Amino acid sequence: MSFFLETLAGGLLAGVMYALVAIGFVLIYKASGVFNYAQGAMVLCAALTFVTLTERDLPFWLAGLVTLAIMVTLAVAVERVVLRPLVNRSQVTLFMATLGLSYVIEGIAQLLMGASVHELDLGIPDLPVALGPIQLSRFDLVAAASAGALVIALSLFFERTRIGVALRAVADDPQAALSIGIRLPILWAAVWAVAGFVALVAGLLWGARQGVQFSLTFVVLKALPVLIIGGFTSIAGAIIGGLIVGAADAIAEIYLGPLLGGSVSTWFAYLLAVAFLLVRPAGLFGERAIKRV
Amino acid sequence: MTGAVEAGLGRPPFLDVVAIEAVYGASILALHDVSLSVARGEIVALVGPNGAGKTTTLRAISNLLGAQRGALRGGTIRWQGEETRRLDPADLVARGIVQVLEGRHVFGQLTVEENLLTGGYLRRPSRRQLAEDLERVYGWFPRLRERRGALAGLTSGGEQQMVAIGRALMTRPTLLLLDEPSMGLAPIIVAEIFAIIARLNREEGLSVLIAEQSANLVLDHADRAIVLESGRVVASGPSAELAASGRLAALYLGAADASTRH
Repeated sequence: MSFFLETLAGGLLAGVMYALVAIGFVLIYKASGVFNYAQGAMVLCAALTFVTLTERDLPFWLAGLVTLAIMVTLAVAVERVVLRPLVNRSQVTLFMATLGLSYVIEGIAQLLMGASVHELDLGIPDLPVALGPIQLSRFDLVAAASAGALVIALSLFFERTRIGVALRAVADDPQAALSIGIRLPILWAAVWAVAGFVALVAGLLWGARQGVQFSLTFVVLKALPVLIIGGFTSIAGAIIGGLIVGAADAIAEIYLGPLLGGSVSTWFAYLLAVAFLLVRPAGLFGERAIKRV
Repeated sequence: MTGAVEAGLGRPPFLDVVAIEAVYGASILALHDVSLSVARGEIVALVGPNGAGKTTTLRAISNLLGAQRGALRGGTIRWQGEETRRLDPADLVARGIVQVLEGRHVFGQLTVEENLLTGGYLRRPSRRQLAEDLERVYGWFPRLRERRGALAGLTSGGEQQMVAIGRALMTRPTLLLLDEPSMGLAPIIVAEIFAIIARLNREEGLSVLIAEQSANLVLDHADRAIVLESGRVVASGPSAELAASGRLAALYLGAADASTRH
């Protein structure tokens, strides 16, 4: 029994890491209706910048600030160069633009900072912590706590600040937002900047876990089933989706893998996602349009 | 059809639209040579059948055509003497022109109060000032105070129209553009909304340009009316004269409608 609990808890904690990436997608999707494929590249870019700076002996806090500044600059540039000229185009056009953007960001980041694998040590020892009958990784616990803090900060931002409420308004009806004088370009830049911050947090944690390298961009593929299950428009959904995927993945790997004679963790989450698409296409917490009859 | 002279009485009109042409896509001509003006403190009605170009005219004034892949191809629009062509919609709102879009367009997933607050943000008001503006709007629409915590998408059509108007009032406009405020609403609600608009005009000096398909009610409240048909101005003048002449009815309401009106 304690083995099962340990598997479950480990899976849930891994799920938090997936959720962290998924939140970045949710932010941009909510504000501009774009599935931002470049979120993975932003995670890589943030982690690579941070690790390059710390390798030049910058203290963590300074490296973090500089990286954040770079991510915000990137956000403003993306709004200017990509989003503004493509305003009012179809969703597919915007998606293709972010697909292209993803390779541009990756390419430039690696051109400037090299393509070798960097080790990122955040100073959190990956030691087991005993919690009653089960043992958990301390790193995973810290990661989960960071994700929790991030989610609380984001929900306060959306509920309590003017820019947060305005962002929800734009997500709801861009036409109406324009008509009452909400400046869309500023808000798009703001939401990309917040997504850049989320990418930084995700990049640090994922980078510390598996090294900072090109494959970080593929965390996108982990986030996709999370989004389908949780819904593209809900931060809470991203968290719950992440937990479901993480737990299901871990349990399936341990109990189903041996039966099938191989690893299931690469595809099991997608199987789950397809099942959700059939039953609940908007995801668990996705906004279905409010329609009065 | 020189609006400036008609409304002028010597001073330049508040809003002056001269000979505008608007297109959608590259080729669909939606407005030909439309001119109109609104003087300070006036209520002007823009009437005409479906597809006459009323919405296009209002969107052109607010510089919202771009969002519909439309564009102004000719003519000029001046607001308090300033040409508006290069201003973006938020600049116009900041200068006092705000529009309530056709079909209300409330933010359905936001509460009634959050909807109203979004209208206030552009001016970057202090917290206290924002609260005062909110009180003022609740003063005009007491029903919204009762529903302040409800999701706007779940309120009734009339309440949504009030939210949309209240949200526009939060920008502290001097000219309110209303696009089909009566659409899909029960007559009693429409009457209530028009009464509030008339009071805002009387008591706060708010100028109003209302586009309406159903001319009867709007003519009772408007000082002047402009009749659009197929993207052209076909008649204009004081509301009472237009209503009395029967010309308006003949132009687009059809004979049956005209006979039941008086």
